[in-house]
Amino acid sequence: MKTDEVPQDSENSTYGGARKLIYAVDDSGGVVGVKSTGWDVEAEATQSALTLIQRQCDQAWQRVSSGETAALEYYMYYRRMDVALLAQVSGFFQWRIRRHFKPAVFNKLKLKQLNRYAEALGLDASVLSHLPDQPLHDTDNSSK
Amino acid sequence: MTLITQVNNNATFQHRQSAHCESGVVANMLNHCGLPLSEPMAFGLAGGLAFAYLPFIKLSGMPLIAYRMPPRSIIKGVQKRLNIKMKFETFRNPEKGMQSLNEQLEQGRVVGLQASVFWLPYFPETMRFHFNAHNLLVYGRQGDDYLISDPVFEEPVVCDSKALQKARFAKGALASKGMMYYPTDVPESFDLKLASQRAIRANYRTMTGAPVPIIGIRGIRYMAKNIIKLSQNPKKREAYLPHYLSHIVRMQEEIGTGGAGFRFIYGAFLKETAAKLDNSLLAEAAEIILDAGDDWRMFALMSSKMCKGRKPMDAFLLAEILNRCADKEQKMWTLLKRY
Repeated sequence: MKTDEVPQDSENSTYGGARKLIYAVDDSGGVVGVKSTGWDVEAEATQSALTLIQRQCDQAWQRVSSGETAALEYYMYYRRMDVALLAQVSGFFQWRIRRHFKPAVFNKLKLKQLNRYAEALGLDASVLSHLPDQPLHDTDNSSK
Repeated sequence: MTLITQVNNNATFQHRQSAHCESGVVANMLNHCGLPLSEPMAFGLAGGLAFAYLPFIKLSGMPLIAYRMPPRSIIKGVQKRLNIKMKFETFRNPEKGMQSLNEQLEQGRVVGLQASVFWLPYFPETMRFHFNAHNLLVYGRQGDDYLISDPVFEEPVVCDSKALQKARFAKGALASKGMMYYPTDVPESFDLKLASQRAIRANYRTMTGAPVPIIGIRGIRYMAKNIIKLSQNPKKREAYLPHYLSHIVRMQEEIGTGGAGFRFIYGAFLKETAAKLDNSLLAEAAEIILDAGDDWRMFALMSSKMCKGRKPMDAFLLAEILNRCADKEQKMWTLLKRY
């Protein structure tokens, strides 16, 4: 790739305004670092992964608000995790996590268990049982 | 050899943006310690180029595809080839891990850390995924904020202690356990000829001599065959194949540096070495791998178009491009065998 062929697709970029360094060939045949504002191909792949996460998050929010599952499941997707990852991070077996998703079971969880989830998700234990008014998608870190 | 106890003043630390986090941290760290080294040099001398198609390691149900050696191998590779002494530390207790980092910073050291991308607040929203093996360099502290040179960013960044602790001690696959590392003994120079010969030979073996068909150049061809196989399976052709292709593209281009990106870094390494040693064989090899990098990008572009329906699905064309990448990489390694 020549330096002037380095993609600068800033419009749909998923770099959040930042630029990535890519090595390319300059006029004299040397290889130099060039800053790229984005590449559509990459942005689409990232975006489709993000859309999937967002959909899971929204669906979980719906199920929580209709009482089918505990808010814990929503917060898991909110933190861009799935059951497998939450199991690794929290140390609970996957089947236990799925069981804890049942609202009746969740409401009986001990504070110690809640704290393990809180730690894994980087949220306050008190937050875990409260569903926000609408599904949030940002990964705001302030409530850690 | 100079023993490094009191390193240069932090104020003089020079941040250089890199294409890849690990090679960037190593290069910037050694630069700071008085051994000039570019990012491509760090990558190449560690023998960082690879390909691995690992169907038994699943990422949300999809195979792990790696375009470089596993995390930490660049640090270890550079350490070995350039005869550097590094200290690696991991911690069971997060508070101790932070305390130990502070102590090293107070001594004037720059410290490399392994951390999770997801918990680093300076990453843009869209780039935050649970990847635990990101590398960054801490070069100072101001109150509660750590001054960080994250090599994939254009400028130095800051991160508060709470977030940094969370990122260092995130659990899960490739958990870093607060890993921190810093050089304790850095030579003033090294024999580039010898180091590059050893690095290239070792890299040659990973790319051509793996005993399993999913590693190295055979792995690229394996993936090509798999795409054709999926396109001939009526159950998987419609929904699974596009999903699979977009996963490959994501593994290749978005996660870190990109498959093509690593080919370009390696090309830069060969070019730089060729110029320093006045070696035409390396220069020729560089052209071939840069060319292969372009094919990798072409593969990503075509896959993306076919997934989005902007081009009819043509598995044979995709496989052909992949095999072309494999051919070119093979050609380069055959050439480099003579080096």
